[in-house]
Amino acid sequence: MYLVLVGGGNVGLQLAKRLIARGHEVLLLEKDSRQAQRLSAVLGEESVYLGDGCEIRTQKDAGFGRADIVCAVTGEDEDNLVVCQMAKTVWNVERVLARVNDPSHEQIFREIGIDDTVSATAIIFSLLEQQISMDELIPVGALAKGNIEVVEAMLGPRSPVVGKRVRDIVLPPSTNLVWLLRDDHGYGVGGDTDLQSGDTLVALVPRERAQELRDLLCPAKVDVPRPQ
Amino acid sequence: MNVVVFGCGRTGAILSLQLAAAGHRVTIIEQNAEALKRLGYRHNCQIVIGSGIDEDILHKAGLAEADAFFALTRGDNSNIMASQIARLKYKVPHICLRVADPNRAEAYRKMGYFTINPSALIAGMMRDWISEEPYQSIDAYNVLPKEMEL
Repeated sequence: MYLVLVGGGNVGLQLAKRLIARGHEVLLLEKDSRQAQRLSAVLGEESVYLGDGCEIRTQKDAGFGRADIVCAVTGEDEDNLVVCQMAKTVWNVERVLARVNDPSHEQIFREIGIDDTVSATAIIFSLLEQQISMDELIPVGALAKGNIEVVEAMLGPRSPVVGKRVRDIVLPPSTNLVWLLRDDHGYGVGGDTDLQSGDTLVALVPRERAQELRDLLCPAKVDVPRPQ
Repeated sequence: MNVVVFGCGRTGAILSLQLAAAGHRVTIIEQNAEALKRLGYRHNCQIVIGSGIDEDILHKAGLAEADAFFALTRGDNSNIMASQIARLKYKVPHICLRVADPNRAEAYRKMGYFTINPSALIAGMMRDWISEEPYQSIDAYNVLPKEMEL
């Protein structure tokens, strides 16, 4: 595997270290010469390349043409966008991965064909949100083709379903409660399952029914914005 | 026309003042308030302080109703990203961007963006001036010397 990483900050350095340890051929591009020297001292000269990874000339010299994966992890979204877009359109690199700092940029990355993005901001935000929002429906993922959302709901003490059995509550059509987390243990959900305050439910729900499920499981409260 | 100009450097300031004088509605996006001094104190442009790759700022600048978008900052990649948001998200009909790196300019020209590379333009005009040739089209100036092709 030949991997090119663009951006020799902390993220780039830590990624390179681990990938090299796994035995991959790795080249880390860094445009600042002092930083490139520091990186060379840690990673070895053969794994660091001094140059602007956004420039086609640098990309050529760094071997974008034979890269299996190009991964852009600078702190600037516009730089990561250009690196990945060039890798795809000019060098036909099959797999590109971009770090996205502003989660609202993920959409434009997808629209220009960069499907794999990672936003630390979005991940930390969603973790924080889980910490601070009881009584909220948290989207965990979406099954694209079926228009189905995977959502997680933590039942607060005021949830109207607390104290009831699953068979006694009326779920929105085509909705399934699939999993229950209680005291760090997971259980399948059946008709006899008693719902308690503090339970976390994982449910499959059609997108257009998500609001109904929210109204059922979680009483209306202040709306917390969700990440994209 | 509603025109949005991203970047109030020398080029952005001259273009904005000229378009405003011609009766167009001009909105300038600029991060650095100091740069706006280039406009003088009696201009007719709307100002939005912020970055042109921030979608809230683009929205505030009225990109949804814009007929033309110019990305003229010193940052090639900011210009490239802002222009793509303008085209793909806001469907702005006329988009022009400045890209200083001639090869990168060529790549985005191929993707259908009206991309100006100032170095190629200026060099071409200087070449025609000293050769006493008439000035040519932008397309002619965009042709790079073979040595610079990749």
